[in-house]
Amino acid sequence: MTINIPTPLRVYAAGSGCATVEAGTVADALKALTDMHPELRKHLFTPEGKVRSFVNLYLNDEDVRYLPAKEETVVTDEDTLSIIPSIAGGD
Amino acid sequence: MSILRLTQAIYDQIRAHGEQTYPHECCGALLGHSMQGGWHVVAAIPAGNTRTDSAHNRYQIAPLELVKIEREARSQGLDIAGFYHSHPDHPAQWSQTDFAEAHWLGCSYVITEVANGKAAVTNSFHLAGASEEEKRFEQETIVLEE
Repeated sequence: MTINIPTPLRVYAAGSGCATVEAGTVADALKALTDMHPELRKHLFTPEGKVRSFVNLYLNDEDVRYLPAKEETVVTDEDTLSIIPSIAGGD
Repeated sequence: MSILRLTQAIYDQIRAHGEQTYPHECCGALLGHSMQGGWHVVAAIPAGNTRTDSAHNRYQIAPLELVKIEREARSQGLDIAGFYHSHPDHPAQWSQTDFAEAHWLGCSYVITEVANGKAAVTNSFHLAGASEEEKRFEQETIVLEE
């Protein structure tokens, strides 16, 4: 499957905007990505191994948090996982 | 100090968006290319503010909208260079909320003060630092081109 890497994390992924990984689930895909680029790990996960709260994961157009199996959702080679940090603020 | 380079037309578009949504905050994404010392912005994409509960002093772009904006940017060979939002009747300086909610390291955050419905000062801040724990906002120079 394809993983889209957002602008701020590309520096930790050898400058690449996307990666292709062999994976059976979303969790597998993230593991494959961070095995390939270990520096990404601390930017995506808390020390306890949970996805950081401000990191959104979208499997195609679906928020992984709201999929029934969440990160254990089965993926295919045709799927795209987008990593999107949240954007918000205010005065 | 880093540089945010954009056309006068994009600059005007960003400021006009803040006037259109006044007294609510506007928001959007900036697309462009990385260059030595900063970003060269070639398009500003308006986004909806999902914080309808407190739109006068908060903004949020729906992640799915951002996914679609990024997908479109990729198809054009562009990157997300940063974001913009307005501060209705509030200075064009980053707030503690802006800082806490800023996670796009290396990107530009443009803020426009909209005073009584008219765009006033526009500033840009580069989110510097190598990690979430080390992040900081640094004001950058906005360079306008024709």
